[in-house]
Amino acid sequence: MISLNEFLILAALLFGLGIAGIIINRKNLITLLMSLELLLLAVNTNFIAFSYFLKNEVGQVFVFFVLTVAAAEAAIGLAIMVVMYRRQGSIEIERLDLLKG
Amino acid sequence: MLVVHIAFYIFAALAVLSALVVITVRNPVRSVLALVVTFFSMSGIWMLLAAEFLSLILLLVYVGAVMTLFLFVVMMLNADAAGRREGFTRYLPFGLLLVALLVALMVVAFGSYFAQIPAPALPAADFNNVAQLGAVLYTDYAYPFEIAAVLLLAAIVAAISLAHHAPKRRKSQNVSQQLRVRRKDRVRLVKLPSEKRP
Repeated sequence: MISLNEFLILAALLFGLGIAGIIINRKNLITLLMSLELLLLAVNTNFIAFSYFLKNEVGQVFVFFVLTVAAAEAAIGLAIMVVMYRRQGSIEIERLDLLKG
Repeated sequence: MLVVHIAFYIFAALAVLSALVVITVRNPVRSVLALVVTFFSMSGIWMLLAAEFLSLILLLVYVGAVMTLFLFVVMMLNADAAGRREGFTRYLPFGLLLVALLVALMVVAFGSYFAQIPAPALPAADFNNVAQLGAVLYTDYAYPFEIAAVLLLAAIVAAISLAHHAPKRRKSQNVSQQLRVRRKDRVRLVKLPSEKRP
């Protein structure tokens, strides 16, 4: 059987790629949201791997909740993006400076 | 080498490659499609971990709903791919460095301890992941489950109220405008000369 290490390394690779996506793609909000999805996917994989190897199904329940929150986050994020496009005509991150932060 | 092992490595390679495509490709539509491939292969990995229910949920909810939503938004907004590469090469070394550091850190941290956890025995033929999950979810975690439902409802309401803009035909009060009204806006004093009594 596959060892726990292999699952954890795969999740670490995916997590690293997600963070790299956030760092590299500074222009596009859509790619940023997709990188967030990658991060959540990696975290969920860790949860499920530990749940399997420690024979404790509570980890899967937690993944269930994380999936719920991630779906809500994606829906609201996309809605905000649509509103932003309607107001400014682009979804570039540099133009998110209405609050002068 | 077992068949399971080969399947794991195929799925893992597919997942990592498509994740790489997600963050590097120029066209957002292709990026979304690559993310679909990532989700597909990770759902295969979850299936290997005997989490059948979550694996199918990942396919149905993520590939079926969330990714479709992404695709809709990407095509609707017509995001221009032209200006996207700006800063790509500038931040690429930092990104690579961070990934290398993070992965190396995790590999070093895992190496000694977690390798000792033995793989559990293969589940019995009548193993039912859905029943196992439901037995926990609807008893110990019934309250968080309800909260998750309310959270989804709130997300629906928020997303619709953000993105929906219908022509305004309703006649409604604008309370802030009503409160801002001063006396001089509404009352006009007119000085009329008094008439002489006949």
